Amino acid sequence: METYIEIKNAVKTFGGTVQALRGVDLTVKKGEVVLIIGPSGSGKSTLLRSVNRLERLDSGTIFIDGECVTDEKADIRHIREEVGMVFQSFNLFPHLSVLDNITLSPTLVLKQGKEEAAATARRLLAKVGLSEKEAAWPEQLSGGQQQRVAIARALAMNPKVMLFDEPTSALDPEMIKEVLDVMTNLAEEGMTMLVVSHEMGFARAAAHRIIFMDAGQIVEEAPPETFFTSPREDRTRRFLEHIL
Amino acid sequence: MSKGSPSRGREDQTAGRTTINVTDGTLIPSKDEGGLLSSWNIGFFGAVALLVVLPLISPDPYLRILSFVPDGLVATFSVTLISIAFALMIGLFAGLGRISQNKAINRIATIYVEVIRGIPLLVQLFYIYYALGPLLKLQGPPAAILAMSICYGAYMAEIFRAGIQSIPKGQMEAALALGMSRSLALRKIIIPQTVKVILPPIGNEFIALLKDSSLVSILAVSDLLRRGREYASTSFRYFESYTVIALIYLVMTLFFSRVVAFMEEKLRHRGNVH
Repeated sequence: METYIEIKNAVKTFGGTVQALRGVDLTVKKGEVVLIIGPSGSGKSTLLRSVNRLERLDSGTIFIDGECVTDEKADIRHIREEVGMVFQSFNLFPHLSVLDNITLSPTLVLKQGKEEAAATARRLLAKVGLSEKEAAWPEQLSGGQQQRVAIARALAMNPKVMLFDEPTSALDPEMIKEVLDVMTNLAEEGMTMLVVSHEMGFARAAAHRIIFMDAGQIVEEAPPETFFTSPREDRTRRFLEHIL
Repeated sequence: MSKGSPSRGREDQTAGRTTINVTDGTLIPSKDEGGLLSSWNIGFFGAVALLVVLPLISPDPYLRILSFVPDGLVATFSVTLISIAFALMIGLFAGLGRISQNKAINRIATIYVEVIRGIPLLVQLFYIYYALGPLLKLQGPPAAILAMSICYGAYMAEIFRAGIQSIPKGQMEAALALGMSRSLALRKIIIPQTVKVILPPIGNEFIALLKDSSLVSILAVSDLLRRGREYASTSFRYFESYTVIALIYLVMTLFFSRVVAFMEEKLRHRGNVH
């Protein structure tokens, strides 16, 4: 498989003192589903958010499909078109209907026609099981439904990779499954995915590789079966005891 | 212990903290003050009644005053409306400047807001009309409009800035992650959401500006106050003239405060739905 995301020696400090990333190397291949876990403050979200430059690295480089994200002269908007992102807090646009949330960027950024964008949006809403909600307002949806709309919105840009930043952390337990099901389907279709999450069910079902981060560094990485049964590092074992 | 009274609508507790909301416009009537004897009703209908009854029982001078001042009313409203329109435009740009990531633009906008808000409006009016008069060569009304626009633009800038900053950061991040530029995201995502937040304070500034427009009477602008002064100085009926002027201002500001309250209520009920 060809390399899709390549992160080299990523370093990021917040406020001059808090080291969020202390030299992280990570490659993600096309079609690979990589799950990042780790305690809060381990830098996992920062790493994810630096992939589409919502955070700027202090040093290090990130390439996506051969394009350098960390280069100041890079066409970051074009790179972001190909990198879908799903947030913990959904971040749907509250002043737009569900359908308009999904069609806004394809029409404005990709210059799709209204009809074309709406047809794509309806197909994606069907895919996430929310066809009947296209005219609803975000505030009328449950958290799980909002997150599924957010996934559809990201997919409408036809991204080559999807980033998930703790997509189920803000959800009530009974809504987590509906979001994970959508993500698992996406993984089965061969989408390249980088996921920050502690959902071990999803990890076992869909992830190809698990990355354990602590204190701004990657401590251990392994396929899910070995990661959960025979972790190499002490720190990993202690962390797994807490969450399993 | 008695049961706590329901919280007053004007306290903003959305962020988990209570902010008090005292503005320089006017007291905005809250919904619980709907009774017949509410202070707003007493103030508004009392003033209207006086404006009707006084000319009836004593046409001279009250009816004469009332027929003398309407062109002043027109001047007051035109100065207010034109100034508010310019102030909104200045405010939007200065407010965006205040949150700009460009250091120079940010600095210029901040200095503008700080300087203007630190100088009394009356001094600004004198400055533009008299001090800069030889340079600008402006007549009274344009000078008044210029000064009021620049002054209120600074206050509007703070309203726009606060409104934009009240939108959660995730909204801009989601828009950027979807490939939008910062300015496109501002236009399509952020500013449409701020409208709901900033309309009430803008309504308040409108009322404040309506009242402050009386200051322009010193710049040879024949506004409401100046017409009253003209009548008073020819008839020597100072008490009657200024009573009528005060009542007219009171009726106007109380009327608009109710409009703003109505608007706030509408927006609250609509929630996020358009």
